[in-house]
Amino acid sequence: MTTLSTKHLLGIKDLTADDIHLILKTAENFKEVINRPIKKVPSLRDITIANLFFENSTRTKLSFELAEKRLSADVVNFSSASSSVKKGETLIDTVNNILAMKVDMVVMRHPNPGAAVFLSKHIDAKIINAGDGAHEHPTQALLDAFSIKEKIGSVKGKKIAIVGDILHSRVALSNIFCLQKLGADVMVCGPTTLMPKYIHSLGVKVEHNLRKALEWCDVANMLRIQLERQDIKFFPSLREYTMLFGLNKELLDSLSKKIVVMHPGPINRGVEITSDVADSAQSIILDQVENGVAVRMAVLFLLAGRA
Amino acid sequence: MMKPRIILDSKHLDITVTRLCYQLIEIHNDFSNTVIIGLQPRGIYLATRIHKKLQEILKKKDIKCGSLDTTFYRDDFRQKELVPNKTNIDFIIEGKNVIMVDDVLFTGRTIRAGLDAMLAFGRPNDVELLVLIDRRLSRHLPIQAKYVGKTIDSIASEKVKVEWKETDGADKVTLLSND
Repeated sequence: MTTLSTKHLLGIKDLTADDIHLILKTAENFKEVINRPIKKVPSLRDITIANLFFENSTRTKLSFELAEKRLSADVVNFSSASSSVKKGETLIDTVNNILAMKVDMVVMRHPNPGAAVFLSKHIDAKIINAGDGAHEHPTQALLDAFSIKEKIGSVKGKKIAIVGDILHSRVALSNIFCLQKLGADVMVCGPTTLMPKYIHSLGVKVEHNLRKALEWCDVANMLRIQLERQDIKFFPSLREYTMLFGLNKELLDSLSKKIVVMHPGPINRGVEITSDVADSAQSIILDQVENGVAVRMAVLFLLAGRA
Repeated sequence: MMKPRIILDSKHLDITVTRLCYQLIEIHNDFSNTVIIGLQPRGIYLATRIHKKLQEILKKKDIKCGSLDTTFYRDDFRQKELVPNKTNIDFIIEGKNVIMVDDVLFTGRTIRAGLDAMLAFGRPNDVELLVLIDRRLSRHLPIQAKYVGKTIDSIASEKVKVEWKETDGADKVTLLSND
């Protein structure tokens, strides 16, 4: 296997296990590249990439932009806050106008689920989904899998707990697909109100007690409470959520084994995870960020390489 | 049908590698300011062989040898499927004399990519090229090797296959041609 089976990266659901392995293996090469004195390679020098962010982002946007620049691609950035979207332009019109300026690839984040799939059916460019609503965030799942593999050797056969706001999280869904395709055992943990109704059908374990979930797992991925997507109250107070589902040092140290702690960012320190845990030796949060650039370089390189 | 013809057998290949080593020593003395870089994927076997033999001849253990992958610097990206390999250069090449090693010199494009890739690790003082087989009639770029194991005249449709004991079971070089 030397090429991906898909033309776009719309979600982990469309990828095969071979695709994921190929991306992770290629990312290892790029991790070596970004640790060189000169971190740039000329592979994509004839490619122009548009980063379209219809929703706020720090890490993902910077990470994609760095990945593109380190592959020598030309980059144009767009964020909806300062654009004609505010004047009533539709998504297809906006994107077609950008493509008229000869863009080869589009990296898009959008608040509506399915926006990337919709776009891929209407325009002639390679699409990378950088998060569509509460649906998927494929590159985050890939970099999480890469980071787990790097830290504990493999993903296959490992037990991974995803804790927090599963209902509103695109990271949770993409992670479940990705980890299961790589042969891991996945558990989701959170309050009943933040658990999607048919989550069992994905073949994951469901737990509502944080301590039990942590005792079971090798890796805990702590998710943020997505207050911006919660139009109604899903739990009485943040303080109560923290007491029941927040990870603190005391709880971490009381476990029978040393687990790995992950967080996709942005962290709400003192809510889902305390500062001393986030900065502890068991946390790989900053490794995730570094690996994010390497994984995104691999995705861009492999998609651009497809004829 | 590809018909194989042996260009170098195991014994001759060993003699050739030994000769290349002495040619290197003639110019680079004790290798105190010289490093060896093998190009991925197939040049690393020759580089390792030469490195081992040089250490034996010079009775030194500290000659530097690394591997360099050229995938991200190639000009045929999108024309064929490229698989990246590991780059492992754990020494400084700034100001050093570099001997770049590959098994077959054909169009010269891999070497061109290799020169570009190497510059990401610093500015060498001097770069020389060593190849086992020089297919002298097939060059696309103005690139020549300073040290050559064997020069052959071949046409583009023919293929040169270099095999090593470590990976292919035996040391030999064959020319495959369509008859």
